[in-house]
Amino acid sequence: MHLILFSIISTVLLVCAVGVVISRNIVHSALFLLFALISVAGIYLVLLTEFLAIVQLLIYGGAIVIVILFALMLTRNEEYPRIQNNKLWPIAGVLAVLVCITMSVSYFQSGAIQNVPNTIAPAGVKSLGSSLFTTWAIPFELASLVLLVALIGAIVIARSDKDGN
Amino acid sequence: MLELIHFNILSVLLFSVGLYGVLARKSAILIIMAIELMLNAVNINFIAAAAFNHGNGLFTNFDGHILTIFIITIAAAEVGLALALILRIFRNKATVNVDSFDIMKL
Repeated sequence: MHLILFSIISTVLLVCAVGVVISRNIVHSALFLLFALISVAGIYLVLLTEFLAIVQLLIYGGAIVIVILFALMLTRNEEYPRIQNNKLWPIAGVLAVLVCITMSVSYFQSGAIQNVPNTIAPAGVKSLGSSLFTTWAIPFELASLVLLVALIGAIVIARSDKDGN
Repeated sequence: MLELIHFNILSVLLFSVGLYGVLARKSAILIIMAIELMLNAVNINFIAAAAFNHGNGLFTNFDGHILTIFIITIAAAEVGLALALILRIFRNKATVNVDSFDIMKL
């Protein structure tokens, strides 16, 4: 049952991911990205991680895709509907296939993942929260600082200067 | 039966697709989308490793999930800053094609 669910969701995910990187229309790419991110939330649900699935839907499916669509809207120009690839795209394809083969072979040959148990441990919100606020409390506070700096930086960079520069 | 290797292979495939996107596309916004795909591949790997290795090995129970939360945070900050930079460059050069961002070339 889990395997069937996993197969369906991962097929949708990979088809949408390929759609993101080969689609000529940039708005279609953004919509494929939205569906791919929602499928990743489905993968998290298969892994019994419901809190992170909700976070994925809210932050990636909600915030990041909306920000990307805003950037698309603000950077429209005449080369917009048909984005060309780099001239060296065959080399990029070969490199991606090589990385895929190398990492797959190393996963199949590594002993570290062969003696793990076959059961999935559910991650409840309560234990996740207590781990986040005890062991990982200082990195959690630093993450808020990172978000503040990124917010201020984005405002300062995107603001237009007063002297029209 | 669902095993850890299935999630690892899915993550490798997603990472490779994202890598192809980063290397082959010309538009800066499409490159950011491909980077998001790569970050999600890493997140799937972290959560799968944490969900299957409950408590044995180097990691304690929920470290994979916590690291995924941090990766999502950094990804949100990164997208905000990168799109602000792209808007700024678009205002100066009227294009988002990365081939024309060569003002630092000697």
